[in-house]
Amino acid sequence: MESELRIERIRPGDKVVALAGNPNVGKSTVFNSLTGLNQHTGNWPGKTVTNAQGKYRHKDRNFIMVDIPGTYSLMANSAEEEVARDFVCFSNPDATVIVTDATCLERNLNLVLQTLEITPDVVVCVNLLDEAKRKKININLKELSKQLGVPVIGTSARSGEGLNELMDAVYNVTNEKAITSPLKINYDDTIEHAIAILEPSIEELLADRLNSRWVTLKLLDGDKTLLKALQKYLDFDLMANISVAKKLKEARDVLTAAGIENDLFRDKIVSHIVCTAEKICAKVVTFESQKYNRTDRKIDSILTSRLFGIPIMVGMLAVVFWLTITGANYPSELIATFLFWVEDRLTDFFVWAGTPPWVHGLLVMGIYRTLAWVVSVMLPPMAIFFPLFTLLEDLGYLPRVAFNLDNLFKKACAHGKQALTMCMGFGCNAAGVIGCRIIDSPRERLIATITNNFVPCNGRFPTLIAIITMFFAGVVAGPFQSIVSTLLLTGVIVLGVMMTLLISRILSQTILKGIPSSFTLELPPYRKPQIGRVIVRSVFNRTLFVLGRAVAVAAPAGLVIWVLANIHVGELSLLSHCAGFLDPFAKLLGLDGYILMAFVLGFPANEIVVPIIIMSYIATGNILELDNLGQLRELLVSHGWTWLTAVCVMLFSLMHWPCGTTCWTIKKETQSWKWTIISFLVPTITGIVICLIVANSVRLLGLV
Amino acid sequence: MINDKYIALNFLPIGQKARVKMLTSDGTIRRRMLDLGLISDTVVEALQKSPSGDPTAYHIRGAVIALRSEEASKIMVEVN
Repeated sequence: MESELRIERIRPGDKVVALAGNPNVGKSTVFNSLTGLNQHTGNWPGKTVTNAQGKYRHKDRNFIMVDIPGTYSLMANSAEEEVARDFVCFSNPDATVIVTDATCLERNLNLVLQTLEITPDVVVCVNLLDEAKRKKININLKELSKQLGVPVIGTSARSGEGLNELMDAVYNVTNEKAITSPLKINYDDTIEHAIAILEPSIEELLADRLNSRWVTLKLLDGDKTLLKALQKYLDFDLMANISVAKKLKEARDVLTAAGIENDLFRDKIVSHIVCTAEKICAKVVTFESQKYNRTDRKIDSILTSRLFGIPIMVGMLAVVFWLTITGANYPSELIATFLFWVEDRLTDFFVWAGTPPWVHGLLVMGIYRTLAWVVSVMLPPMAIFFPLFTLLEDLGYLPRVAFNLDNLFKKACAHGKQALTMCMGFGCNAAGVIGCRIIDSPRERLIATITNNFVPCNGRFPTLIAIITMFFAGVVAGPFQSIVSTLLLTGVIVLGVMMTLLISRILSQTILKGIPSSFTLELPPYRKPQIGRVIVRSVFNRTLFVLGRAVAVAAPAGLVIWVLANIHVGELSLLSHCAGFLDPFAKLLGLDGYILMAFVLGFPANEIVVPIIIMSYIATGNILELDNLGQLRELLVSHGWTWLTAVCVMLFSLMHWPCGTTCWTIKKETQSWKWTIISFLVPTITGIVICLIVANSVRLLGLV
Repeated sequence: MINDKYIALNFLPIGQKARVKMLTSDGTIRRRMLDLGLISDTVVEALQKSPSGDPTAYHIRGAVIALRSEEASKIMVEVN
């Protein structure tokens, strides 16, 4: 992690600003607004798992802003807290901005007070003032600034309010135009006595490189991770100094004599900070209405109720899918019609230009046609699904999903936050794998990583949707079509979740034995989503990104397929040879050789599986005009597809190897080939076994 | 030390408030509980159980935090 934290000042005058804060206080929104760098933000705790850096210019200076992980504390109880603490302590930022939640100031002050013990160069940003106003919570910012002894700026980062003032305050602090006099927390007499004994000997050695009082407290605490980091930073072992060791023993004796040992020392320190926060809050925060979060509780009592919690969750998922499927149908056809009209014109052009047939075949039938399929099949569902999903994310619904499902994950001996990483997997499995960092226990993190692939990512959604629409919705008439599709898709997702739980349980009883670790989950206040921002963000950040990636992969894949289909060895094309080779095994799984090969070729990106299947059928068949889904269905049926084939393709799509990007991410995250290979094998074997069972039982029962 | 009036937080009925009196956990879990502001005399309100009865959401110092029964059972509280 350390290498990610090294900050290079481009010019000597550049200032480094650390951006700290509790999880879910709009830290990333502040970061994005200031730096313009688009880092994804979401309404769930612990989202910033890597350190993002961005630059902005204010007045005559450049500022490098570093987004450090959201934490409740700097006591280094988790990896993230350690990273945050180490950055604030040892990277010498010119200023540390602490973003706090105005609607929950008291608990946020815990982090502020802990930071003030380390560095005086702090600016407190009281964010979400708009939310506070809505809840009729008043905060006296002036008084808060007086109490803390550092600048306090009120902001509503989402609307950009107060950000200029924030930049001014940071400018002043980093250029020593504002002198801060941070609040000093005085502990009880015994502890102060112990500090007084030890501090002078440390102060000398530190030579202003670190706050001596804070280091003294940590030495008394015996915080081992800090001692290690300290030694590395100072380049010498503080404890090796005879005078320090002697004074430390003396100070510890004072504490022991008063009965303050180990846990109790830390309890006292933390309690004192919490009490100080409470006292400050009593002076600066006034609630106009005691019922300020009544609405949230009411919503929660429905969304997480015993009776309706789960049905509402599944229902919500179904509604999102229904909107996606019905909404995507029409534009999909429209885009397909248009793109194939263009294809005809391109063909006309090539005929007119008199190019050799293979040029036309390669460029138009190979590359262009695959691209056209990818765009028309992928774009509409993504453009609808992503904004809807982002909306739920912004509302704050996802932590409720984790809350609802936690018990199931506990029973699977996994972590409740796995529900969150699973939700991230809906967007992109690689993102889900990175998200697994929010789980502290390495065992549970591995389980979450290995099973993340069991929820279909956006690359696989369109595959599922296309097959469902072509194959199953067709059997019922008119308005029920989309409902049947929705139910089927929801069923597939529920199956994915069940497999996640089942495999998690199997893993934790076999190769990853252990008991569930502790679990605390914040249910943040519901927030009004910013519709415009949601759409822009989901269209640009996700849809276009994913589409771009798919296109980048589809173009060469289309070329390869066309070449394979048109180079003949003996009677058959290369494509048919390959498919023929895979066919016997694929048939066992209820697929065929072409389908299995499409999955293999789809390793770089799942998006192109269906287009590859279609391309290979077209290349080997005689249906050439394909401008709607009905004809597509005919094409598939003419190649021997039955409903069983469709089911098996969906099952295999849900459960097979993770895509190339995801595998690479898993390797990076786990730093181990072993776990990468296991992550590859687990879903693959599961899929093969399940397809085998389904296909052969259906055949045995004579249902096809 | 353990007072009869104290109960473990997981037994606190929904809708009721109680004061934290003692943490019986140690190590990381204890520190995490302290970081949430669960120090002596902090008022905690049981808000809501999840659909399966566990975890439970508590109102702690202005924030809503869900705790599994394993964690809540190590927080001794006194009902007002």
